[in-house]
Amino acid sequence: MTTQTRQERAERSSRPSRPEVRVVPPPAQLADDLVLDIRELSVQYGYGENAVQALKGVSLQLGRGEILGLAGESGCGKSTLAYAATRLLPPPGVITGGEVHFRAVDGQEHELLSLSDNELRAVRWSDLAIVFQGAMNSLNPVYRISRQILDAIQVHRPTWSSKQRQDRAKELMQLVGIPAERLRAFPHQLSGGMRQRVMIAMALALEPQILIMDEPTTALDVVMQRQIVEQIVQLRDRMGFSVIFITHDVSLLIEIADRIAIMYAGEIIEQGPAEELYRRPRHPYTRGLLKSFPPLKGPKTELTGIPGSPPDLANLPTGCKFHPRCPFAMEKCVTVEPVLQISPAKPEPGRTVACWLHEDEALLPQELAR
Amino acid sequence: MDDPQPLWVQYWNYIGRILRGDFGLSFTYYPTPVSEVIAQALPWTIGLVGIATLLSFIIGTSVGVLAGWRRGSWIDGVLPVATFFSAVPYFWLGLIAIMIFAVWIPIFPASGGYAWGAIPGFNIEFMGSVLYYGILPAVTIILSSVAGWILGMRNMMVTVSSEDFVTVAHAKGLKERTVMVGYAARNAVLPQISGFALALGFIVGGTLVTEIVFSYPGIGFVLFQAVNAKDYPLMQAIFLVITIAVLVANLLADVLYVVLDPRTRQD
Ligand SMILES: Nc1ncnc2c1ncn2[C@@H]1O[C@H](COP(=O)(O)OP(=O)(O)OP(=O)(O)O)[C@@H](O)[C@H]1O
Ligand SMILES: [Mg+2]
Repeated sequence: MTTQTRQERAERSSRPSRPEVRVVPPPAQLADDLVLDIRELSVQYGYGENAVQALKGVSLQLGRGEILGLAGESGCGKSTLAYAATRLLPPPGVITGGEVHFRAVDGQEHELLSLSDNELRAVRWSDLAIVFQGAMNSLNPVYRISRQILDAIQVHRPTWSSKQRQDRAKELMQLVGIPAERLRAFPHQLSGGMRQRVMIAMALALEPQILIMDEPTTALDVVMQRQIVEQIVQLRDRMGFSVIFITHDVSLLIEIADRIAIMYAGEIIEQGPAEELYRRPRHPYTRGLLKSFPPLKGPKTELTGIPGSPPDLANLPTGCKFHPRCPFAMEKCVTVEPVLQISPAKPEPGRTVACWLHEDEALLPQELAR
Repeated sequence: MDDPQPLWVQYWNYIGRILRGDFGLSFTYYPTPVSEVIAQALPWTIGLVGIATLLSFIIGTSVGVLAGWRRGSWIDGVLPVATFFSAVPYFWLGLIAIMIFAVWIPIFPASGGYAWGAIPGFNIEFMGSVLYYGILPAVTIILSSVAGWILGMRNMMVTVSSEDFVTVAHAKGLKERTVMVGYAARNAVLPQISGFALALGFIVGGTLVTEIVFSYPGIGFVLFQAVNAKDYPLMQAIFLVITIAVLVANLLADVLYVVLDPRTRQD
């Protein structure tokens, strides 16, 4: 790949120069309606021989005001993606390649992975907030809730008065349905669900452009889960931020997400508008994933799930990583890795899929060709 | 000595006198009352070993915070040096220190608590002299004990640094110092507190070697003399003081814990 580009470049420079037609490289800028553009992001855990590749060239775009759902089995790298894109990856995780472009409201563009620490700190929380999967342990046990909300506000909004900050904290607590008195509580005095809601409130404190939520509702009961999710959608409509919503629960995603991306073994294998992806999955894995949840509406169908278990990252199968579990696997799937692209057999705008079945309409099984 | 009363009455009377602070007369310093001997020796010990222990805790914990926060930085180079000093037997370290800094390069006094000419009291000359005489023993105490604090704090920092709330603090865009001190170190220091309380309890009991090596007029030195002279009233009183010191230190640790860790509070 690199040698090829080098050759191309060499060819280009050896051509006689024509001053009137300059070769302009394609703009490395974001399209206007994108807030986040993750390009070819790769992550590995560990070094040398023991390294496992947790993300392999993941590209993902997030539009302004969009809710993007990210789903996939446990261990497929959803959290790793969230951590890596925000440069919060804990050791031994290392980002081995890729770019993460972020466009602020004022149109300024930053590449998060190359920002200085100070610039990154300024972007964090005020533009890009994140609710972690372990919301239970996300609060400092020795500080009161109020202090932990206020310190974030203070560091990014130093001009606010103390009263303004406190009012904001109270407002946030109301937003997530916790009485404002509980601001004085210590984390251990709150229930798990309350802590999770506090984290959501905290993430909204500075009205960020992007909200990454890694299974934010797992500790909540169904009623609360629904309330929070509706709350997030409402807030999005009002404030216009974008959300990356990570979950196992595809049925939840279908209700709130505009677009869904499905991950498998560190790669995105299918991506498209939520409704379409749900109605007409294109990848056998997506189909299996959807079938392992009961449909919300319509007739009862049998829950089948996916046979086998997710692959071991240290020992990935060749070719398509899903082929050992795929009911439609062909010879080519065992040897050659498919690329994420618009399906040649069933081209649809805004949808991509990484599956060899889509090479030819004749190969495509009925279930994936609806 | 030849009291006609039965033993249990004598014992009862003894307990009663202890409660009034009367430990009888010392044999070694006859006819000075034991309580007076202790009252004179205790401030020296608490001043020297107490301050040295506190300094050692503060220095060790601070270095541990930095070493745990930035693993693999130059600060990790301090570890083997500190561990070496704590592995060396203390009396030997003390003797070597005296040999180098009092005999070969005579910049510090070899023994005693203050200069001969100084008149004990709150005057600058005496205080300065006390400070000067305390430096060498204090430094040896710190050198021999600091490694434990560094290692303990460093390991706790490493553990706490990978907690979710520290990642959240980073994600919030807080200054690195705030995250290190307020989020990581603030939690990592909690287990150090119990160790510190134990160390405080050992100040009075563990000072024997220091004070013998440096002929320091503290409680350890007095205990040494009492043992040599079979001065039972004095010994008994010192053992009681040591016990009380341990108890008080434990109480202090509990109080400190309640102040520092809201989870132990019941409100
Ligand atoms: N510190 C680590 N060392 C080695 N491997 C790791 C480490 N952390 C994560 N992994 C591996 O990286 C892969 C992706 O992990 P990640 O936490 O991103 O999964 P996930 O999709 O968020 O799963 P879940 O839905 O269970 O949260 C997993 O296979 C995991 O084994
Ligand atoms: Mg996860």
